Amino acid sequence: MISDKIITVKELTKKFGDFTAVDKISFDVKRGEIFGFLGANGAGKTTAIKMMCGLLEPTSGVAEIAGFDAYNERQNIKSNIGYMSQKFSLYQDLTISENIKFYAGIYGLSRNAASEKCGEIIRKFKLENVKNKLLKTLPPGWKQKLAFSIAGIHNPKIIFLDEPTGGVDPVARREFWELIYESADKGTTIFVTTHYMDEAEYCGRVSIMVNGKIAAIDRPKLLKEKLNSKTMYDAFLKLAR
Amino acid sequence: MNTNYTAIIIEHIFKNYGATAALNDITLTAERGKISGFLGPDGSGKTTLFKILATLILPDKGKAFISGLNASSDYKKIRNIIGYMPEKFSLYQDLSVEENLFFFADIFGTSIKENYGIVKDIYSQIEPFKDRLAGRLSGGMKQKLALSCALIHKPEILLLDEPTTGVDPVSRKEFWEILKKLAGRGITILVSTPYMDEARLCDKTAFILNGKLLINDTPENILKKYKKKIYAVKTSNFHKTIGDLKKYRETLKVYPFGEHLRLILKNNYAPADLIKYLQSENNEEIEVLTVEPEIEDCFMELAE
Repeated sequence: MISDKIITVKELTKKFGDFTAVDKISFDVKRGEIFGFLGANGAGKTTAIKMMCGLLEPTSGVAEIAGFDAYNERQNIKSNIGYMSQKFSLYQDLTISENIKFYAGIYGLSRNAASEKCGEIIRKFKLENVKNKLLKTLPPGWKQKLAFSIAGIHNPKIIFLDEPTGGVDPVARREFWELIYESADKGTTIFVTTHYMDEAEYCGRVSIMVNGKIAAIDRPKLLKEKLNSKTMYDAFLKLAR
Repeated sequence: MNTNYTAIIIEHIFKNYGATAALNDITLTAERGKISGFLGPDGSGKTTLFKILATLILPDKGKAFISGLNASSDYKKIRNIIGYMPEKFSLYQDLSVEENLFFFADIFGTSIKENYGIVKDIYSQIEPFKDRLAGRLSGGMKQKLALSCALIHKPEILLLDEPTTGVDPVSRKEFWEILKKLAGRGITILVSTPYMDEARLCDKTAFILNGKLLINDTPENILKKYKKKIYAVKTSNFHKTIGDLKKYRETLKVYPFGEHLRLILKNNYAPADLIKYLQSENNEEIEVLTVEPEIEDCFMELAE
């Protein structure tokens, strides 16, 4: 079953001077799994994600992402994953199709493949009438959905989502999660951070990070049982406060 | 504090940006010493409304009164009685924590010493770092400094534009505990948020979507006005069940809601039939319960 694991992290650590931002965290994530990565602000989530995305070299420990090593194969990691966050997504002053084609180019798709993907995404979201409008004219919920599709434009094995749904209306937030499910069903691994505790329930498994360590990791249901909590919100408060 | 006037009166406010109606005929009042919430997604018009109340922009049409003062003409007086915390961190990143607070106290003609009592609960939490540059604070600490700076001149009214966006549940809870205390001292608080669960913490909540006011009432009344019956469905496979329920002939709406699916049916409920249907589609570990609506259900209903 080893080949089934798409993320393997063992005692992964990152220190900045005397400060240990990530302190010996260990976990595996399987192909097609939706994994929720929770924690308070400052718990070390962003540092951990940066190491997993090949943006930051670990201090010690093991991280194998999509079969590549987080020390020596960081470039390979970057081309085999997708990334999206609420803060960094698309270019407001490019049109919708320009955004799609730009990212297709960045990820090395050929001109033909890029056009094909562009057509596919535009048809999927029925954006034919607005494809040549500037991105900033699109409602926020739509931007998020488009950004997610673009994060998967090169068929990555893993998509990292860093607070993807902040500020999105409740209906669009749920439509966004349907896209996540659809993508996971096709075998893409989803690694997601969120401050919405109801979304933690939609994950196959979640981990909760506290002060650089993983304080708990399990299926939402079992995690709540273990912590004797009715909701994920209560479970989170119990661990993180 | 002039308590003879309603804290905030907004009358038929319109504001357009080009062809986009950011605010479309907003009318509401906010009472003194209460927490009034403004709930809506990004782009719904919350920030525009707060900027008008903070006298930073003018409405195209309509009027707003802050403690009896006209937001379009009495802006100098208004600025002395309000504290405004904008959505983006707007303090001086290259001044220290203490320098920022000193600066805001000074421009309002007061001092940290004079009004320390009002900021003590919040500021004491960041005071150990008073020599650190504001730009080097963590998100939660920046938020506390920004609130301290908005409070240091003892405002009657606090305008907090999305103070908790991107903040984790623990810090959000602490922040709301601080707001409750401030309201308890008679400060009027207007706070906008995209988090539906925070509506329950307000005395009154206004739902805003696409520049329109959908409702403005107490959370209890908003919940009472929701008339549909909601069923919570649990199975072993959410994603499959949601697809099956979308095809079920009696389904009006189905959506995930935390650990279960919320199902709203068209006509009369037939639990036997529903469970039979789910079984016939090979769903397992089926559980069906009726549940009370939450604010998010109400928002989704009104947003339609």
